[in-house]
Amino acid sequence: MTVSVQEADFDVAAEITALCRNDVSIGAIATFIGKVRGEAHGHILQAMALEHYPGMTEAELTRIEGLARARFQLTASRIVHRVGTLFPGDNIVLVIACAAHRHDALKATDFLMDYLKTSAPFWKKETDASGNGTWVDARTADEAALSRWTADAP
Amino acid sequence: MNQAPAPHDISIRYFAWVREKVGCSEERVTLPDSLQTIADVIGWMQSRGDGYAAAFAVPNAVRAALDQKHVKADAKIGDAREIAFFPPVTGG
Repeated sequence: MTVSVQEADFDVAAEITALCRNDVSIGAIATFIGKVRGEAHGHILQAMALEHYPGMTEAELTRIEGLARARFQLTASRIVHRVGTLFPGDNIVLVIACAAHRHDALKATDFLMDYLKTSAPFWKKETDASGNGTWVDARTADEAALSRWTADAP
Repeated sequence: MNQAPAPHDISIRYFAWVREKVGCSEERVTLPDSLQTIADVIGWMQSRGDGYAAAFAVPNAVRAALDQKHVKADAKIGDAREIAFFPPVTGG
């Protein structure tokens, strides 16, 4: 159970190895990797700046990880989120969930991303090809996705 | 233990477009005693100048945290040391 907020890129294979090494109770590993697209709202994207709230970000990610651990049978989990200036094709976020069986790992990954998107204090600003910067609006679809987890009993 | 700050002498932090409109990322302010809740602070912010008025023009568009925990507009400030104002989050 660890979270990292960093400017540097992450190495997915190295993260999985470090998280799961020598743990033979793990039978399933699910990962989610979020990346910067080269297009946003019909415009070519030149760059994306990711701002966050140091201290609160780590606390929120740790809280979210705790919610996932309480809800799913997880052996290990990891969240890595990048900040700073990113470009199309760059990695943004990595979520890894390890469990004995696949359903817990897959569902936990989905759950962690839904909670991260609606409560972790990150903000994206997109710069288009002409150099105009626009703060990304929160999506109501993300709030709707979160309600999937609160509609049924934990 | 460090000495506690005087009541209502507090750090305010701003992020994303709230930060850009206000024109700074962090400041220390002495809140008027009449301010009890986050909504009260937002109302007061609107009166502090053009940048603040622009940032807090639509109170519902701004989210808040007290001591780095998400709170609603009706949350009491109490003896919090830090308030943050920011747009709805967009990570992931």
